[in-house]
Amino acid sequence: MRYLPHSPTDRKEMLDAIGVSSIDDLFAEIPAAVRVENGFGLPNHATELEVDRFFRKQSDKNLAASAAAFFVGGGAYRHHVPATVDHLIQRSEFLTAYTPYQPEISQGTLQTLFEFQTQVAQLYDMEVANASMYDGSTGTGEAVLMAHRATKRKKAIISGGVHPQYIEVIENLSDFGEKSVLKMPANVEVLGHAEIAQIIELLDNETSCVVVQTPNFFGELADFTALADAVHAVKALLIVVVTEVVSLGAVKAPGTMGADIVVGEGQSIGVGLNFGGPYVGLFATTKKLLRQMPGRVCGETVDADGKRGFVLTMSTREQHIRREKATSNICTNAGLCTLAFTIHMTLLGEKGLRKMAMASHNGAVILAERLSKITDVDLLTTSFFNEFTIRLNGHNANDIVNALAAQNILAGLPVSRLLPHNQSDDLLVIAVTETNSDEDFDLLETALREALS
Amino acid sequence: MNKPTNKMNNVGRPSAPNITETHTDHPTFTGNKALQINEPLLFEVGSVEQTGVDIAAPRDVSANRLGGLDRDEEIGLYGLSEPQTMRHYVRLSQKNFAIDSGMYPLGSCTMKHNPRINEKIARLPGLADIHPLQPQQTVRGAIEVIENLADWLMKLTGMAAVAMSPKAGAHGELCGMMAIEAALRARGEATKRTKVLIPESAHGTNPATAVFVGYQVQTIKTRDDGTVDPATIREALSDEVAAIMLTNPNTCGLFERDIMEIADAVHEAGAYFYCDGANFNAIMGRARPGDLGVDAMHINLHKTFSTPHGGGGPGAGPVVLSEALAKFAPVPFVHRNADDNIVSLVEHKQGTQAFGRMTAFHGQMGMNTRALAYILSHGQDGIKQAAEDAVLNANYVKAKLKDVLTPSFEEQSPGFKRPAMHEALFQDDFLKDTGITTLDFAKAMIDEGFHPMTMYFPLVVHGAMLIEPTESESKDTLDQFIATMRDLAKSAQNGETERFLNAPFHAPMRRLDETLAARKPILKWTPNAD
Repeated sequence: MRYLPHSPTDRKEMLDAIGVSSIDDLFAEIPAAVRVENGFGLPNHATELEVDRFFRKQSDKNLAASAAAFFVGGGAYRHHVPATVDHLIQRSEFLTAYTPYQPEISQGTLQTLFEFQTQVAQLYDMEVANASMYDGSTGTGEAVLMAHRATKRKKAIISGGVHPQYIEVIENLSDFGEKSVLKMPANVEVLGHAEIAQIIELLDNETSCVVVQTPNFFGELADFTALADAVHAVKALLIVVVTEVVSLGAVKAPGTMGADIVVGEGQSIGVGLNFGGPYVGLFATTKKLLRQMPGRVCGETVDADGKRGFVLTMSTREQHIRREKATSNICTNAGLCTLAFTIHMTLLGEKGLRKMAMASHNGAVILAERLSKITDVDLLTTSFFNEFTIRLNGHNANDIVNALAAQNILAGLPVSRLLPHNQSDDLLVIAVTETNSDEDFDLLETALREALS
Repeated sequence: MNKPTNKMNNVGRPSAPNITETHTDHPTFTGNKALQINEPLLFEVGSVEQTGVDIAAPRDVSANRLGGLDRDEEIGLYGLSEPQTMRHYVRLSQKNFAIDSGMYPLGSCTMKHNPRINEKIARLPGLADIHPLQPQQTVRGAIEVIENLADWLMKLTGMAAVAMSPKAGAHGELCGMMAIEAALRARGEATKRTKVLIPESAHGTNPATAVFVGYQVQTIKTRDDGTVDPATIREALSDEVAAIMLTNPNTCGLFERDIMEIADAVHEAGAYFYCDGANFNAIMGRARPGDLGVDAMHINLHKTFSTPHGGGGPGAGPVVLSEALAKFAPVPFVHRNADDNIVSLVEHKQGTQAFGRMTAFHGQMGMNTRALAYILSHGQDGIKQAAEDAVLNANYVKAKLKDVLTPSFEEQSPGFKRPAMHEALFQDDFLKDTGITTLDFAKAMIDEGFHPMTMYFPLVVHGAMLIEPTESESKDTLDQFIATMRDLAKSAQNGETERFLNAPFHAPMRRLDETLAARKPILKWTPNAD
């Protein structure tokens, strides 16, 4: 077996040194009745070539984004990741290191985390960021719990524009923690500023937080400044979710609008689609709320020679020190995905990110205009970044998407996929990024026109 | 004709060292030491002007549709060109210890070899470049990979179901405890059963998780031999207890020999048995947790099944569930239709008894592909051999070090002759009166080229040193490690404190001030900080 270094002679010598006659003696503590003697009816070991063949076969059954005209978003976006990123994250020293518990021999990971935290704080325009969460959705769930801790209240008001699966994650955590969730309807007609007015009406002294998303699930942008003021007036916290981090290269940051916690998905930068994971959760807050923040944090310090270095810090919030009093049970972060994010963001810099954002936005503006000219298509989103919602009057969006998929066009996300009981069968959310070519636009427009005729 | 007076230098460069002095510290102009280069922060080498990507110019539009929310102010993001980016991160990487470069015997963390075929297949376009919400008929091959891995995990553990979406071990714990709470709710006993029993040797995530789900934690003492006494459990059990969270093999590296009796007692009392599966590497292929009476157990794919730790993640924590809990597994889950034999993902809990959703999308697909590649490479025979070699290595290290370090539980339990499982636990008695702590000892190991073992955990012994070599280490490496540990132990006992108290001397950094970092948190770079 290629992963196991011992020869039979090694094993014999080692058993002798231990003073037992066979390996079975070392497993004698396992009750005899439950020892597995004859395997599990599963295959034995395979060569590397066989393993490679198996996965190629599985891979070939799927339609890769790169092989299609691709317009799916809804919390995961296809952006171009430079080859440099994937090369660097595969360096042994990054790929095969553990959590940096020994800072003297982990400065590579730690300094990168410090750079990551800085980039996240800058993007969100917030004072402090942590070293990442598992992903945007779990980070959002943790943000709500953090708000409950910080305000000692239990009621969260969730905008209907938050990603439906993020809401399910919040509801699940609240369900088991006996917290209350007031969920606004996911009605594409009253999102944005219309919904904000409704939320402000609902604020009271039991509200711990309001959760909104920008751009929201349907793509709509809104200014949260007035909402932030109203939320703060009842001493609650404003949590802003960002599922498309590239938007921050074009759109005003949540921190600028008065958010107390900003949380989101970082997958667009460096990570790729990966069928939903692993991704990287970004999490930032104010200095005031720092001690309530979940997750690993990296901080600057000095070594015995006075030289600057970095360590994991503020661990008195964490499970391995505080056990049942910890702010979260979280143990890992998104490690390698934070590295990919940081390297890609470094390659982009301010200029690259802004250009990538505008390429995505302008593409979306052009496509939205083109599609809205098709009979039976209504554009429902007024202000948007790179994602917009259209109504296919009298048509089932899911059927249309399936029909177009057969032509290698992944046309977007039918709202009913995530909200099956929302009477939104005719809604389609379409995402555009810098990876979409003019040919992609032509293919989608033509196919959609045909499918609707 | 005169010959040219200029002669080629045919003396050449000296090829043997002519050095009179050995190894003293010579300061350099740059502060660098050859391959050890001080690398500034990105923000000190880059600028907001620089970029390392070329992106096609955005298409022309008459007006943007950002609704007046344009980000006008500078973000302040620093960039680097491609070659500078490469050098910056390559230099940073060189400051990391990694399993590829040396032995990493971190107890409970299972730092085993990360095969590169895993990385290769995880990047196949049909597995990596697919969107979680594209139509399911365009991703059947990926869903089958999840199903295939799930099948292996259920069979290796002897359990009825597996929730594949948890993103890490602690997230898996959360999922398992939620399944238990859901089952209690279905029985109408959730309000009554509010306590969870957790041994003091448990990972910190266990009590943190139990509290997360709303339980009170009752800590259980371990007996002198490092395991849990079924009598103590019986005493603690009542109709207020929801579950026990037990690690097996436990964090002392011992198999909980009374586990079946404990499981029976727990079930008789109407509670459930959560097993922390962090140490499954020790018994995989030789015993199935389902046969031991476990109701829920997470599996750390990044420990047991070789997916890379990546400097702290991403992990993956599928949770296997017993028959009693199976139907409460969260969405999404894989369903194979009996009529047409087609796989799909069930994404909505309506119409099922699923307790809810742990995460957006379907979990850590990239980790699933890698773990399955490892499992298929090993097969059931290789998996069993891997567990055996892991246990052999831990016992070998223990046998060769027990006369110089202090093995835990041997003195407290006269006649203690039980084998370790996958890790060997020592404590700091051998350092008594030397003025050297476990931490100092660990830092001296760094100078010798080894990553230290897990320290000060588990909490049940003083100055714990938990060594987990894993099956990936050769006998030669283990012998070198053993010789080094013996030398360090002797040196400590001979009063050579200098080697320890100020260590490490040869790492990229000297010992770092963690107190300062916590007292005055500096968590990001700011312009003009000085």
